[in-house]
Amino acid sequence: MPETKGATKEQIEERVIEALVEFGEERDGLKGSSKFADLDVDSLDLVELAQIIEDEYGIEVQDTDLDKIETIDDVTALVSQRLA
Amino acid sequence: MSRDVVITGVGAVTPLGVGARTLIERWSAGESGISDGVARCSDFDPTDFLSRREARRADRFTQMALVAADEALAQAGWSEAPPYDGDDVGCVIGTGIGGISTIEDQHTVMLERGPGAMSPLCVPQMMPNAAAGAVAMRHGLRGECYGTVSACAAGAQAVGAGMRMVERGDVAACIVGGAEAGVTPLSMAAFAGMGATSEEGISRPFDRRRDGFVIGEGAGVIVLESAERAAEREAPILGRLTGYGATADAFHLTAPDPEGAGAARAMAAAMRDAGIEPGAVDYVNAHGTSTPLNDRSETEAIKRVFGDRATSVPVSSLKSSIGHLLGAAGAVEVVATVGALGDGVVPPTLNLEQPDEGLDLDYVPGESRPMERNGHPPIAISNSFGFGGHNVVLCMEAEES
Repeated sequence: MPETKGATKEQIEERVIEALVEFGEERDGLKGSSKFADLDVDSLDLVELAQIIEDEYGIEVQDTDLDKIETIDDVTALVSQRLA
Repeated sequence: MSRDVVITGVGAVTPLGVGARTLIERWSAGESGISDGVARCSDFDPTDFLSRREARRADRFTQMALVAADEALAQAGWSEAPPYDGDDVGCVIGTGIGGISTIEDQHTVMLERGPGAMSPLCVPQMMPNAAAGAVAMRHGLRGECYGTVSACAAGAQAVGAGMRMVERGDVAACIVGGAEAGVTPLSMAAFAGMGATSEEGISRPFDRRRDGFVIGEGAGVIVLESAERAAEREAPILGRLTGYGATADAFHLTAPDPEGAGAARAMAAAMRDAGIEPGAVDYVNAHGTSTPLNDRSETEAIKRVFGDRATSVPVSSLKSSIGHLLGAAGAVEVVATVGALGDGVVPPTLNLEQPDEGLDLDYVPGESRPMERNGHPPIAISNSFGFGGHNVVLCMEAEES
């Protein structure tokens, strides 16, 4: 298991946005309340995002977690909760 | 009733550069895309043409197919608005291997970081039908869509499959082609391991010193349309696809039948399909891999079919200039052959300096020459053969007003 790192909500949000930009999203306009359904983010992206989070923060993300995620804020909250 | 099929657009990404005109002009000028024993598309950068998202979701073979398809469809007048409902357009793109760089990368990820680290994009990138699916998705082509898998005949087989689809009237148009990006460590080692590739790193089809093919990468895409529908919309016609013949050797997994019987039957079938006699053919675009076995058996096959005329019909190999593009080769060769017919030029076989005993056809060594006029629009056949014993031959005719 990778070592668990402490991270602020801002840092987590920035990491999520960075990943979305890597997937092909435009950085401008991406914010905590951005909904994946409104962006060009699909299920393949979410699986990849989950992997990035798992690697980065040493937490486990299940498929059932992904089902509940709708916004960037949801991802940040999930990671913060698991790290707490 | 079988419908006539015309070619209204061509596109190519090859070791000679991006673009179908680049391919035909540089080959005709005797230029080579081979460097250090491989034929890479070194000036191809997918992000020049595709969004970052499209590029990262596609293996290199799919990226090259997408770019070649964009060129072909733009030439066919698709840029502003598609001329047909998407339901009425098919898409068939062949490949020899599929996304092998994805397989290699992801295999390393799995060994180093475990199965949980696999990218969700691994399967959609590596599957051999990915190029066909991606081209269909990009252009909203909703007719029949699939990939052909017949090794180095796959690109030509895709063209033949699309031709039949249009002939039958299943679709008004079919976007066909081949794509391959096998200049990778595993692929190169595997072909070298079976002794198929040139140790010297030189592609010299039909030369006494030939010692294998030079591996290359690229894609070729062709827009096929029903002649009637293309005429109705006053599309520019680049050429006519008039015949398709396909057979199997059923002889050996990798070696061609030394007498070329299967290849000869495919050539005869393509000409019969086109309704022509061998005497009408002005140019043979050879498979011409530069392997000792292919070039000899292909020569035998041409002799079987053309008889007394075998030594007078010009025969040349694009692989002398761009190496062997495996599953893309047959489609790229259609693009080049249509260009040659349109230009009225017979492009050369490069690096052929020392003819081999018994290989005594007119291989157009070194320099291109004008295509001879025989009182009809120029006609060519293009040969493609694949490991597994696949023989595919296409017959094309120049469009002359």
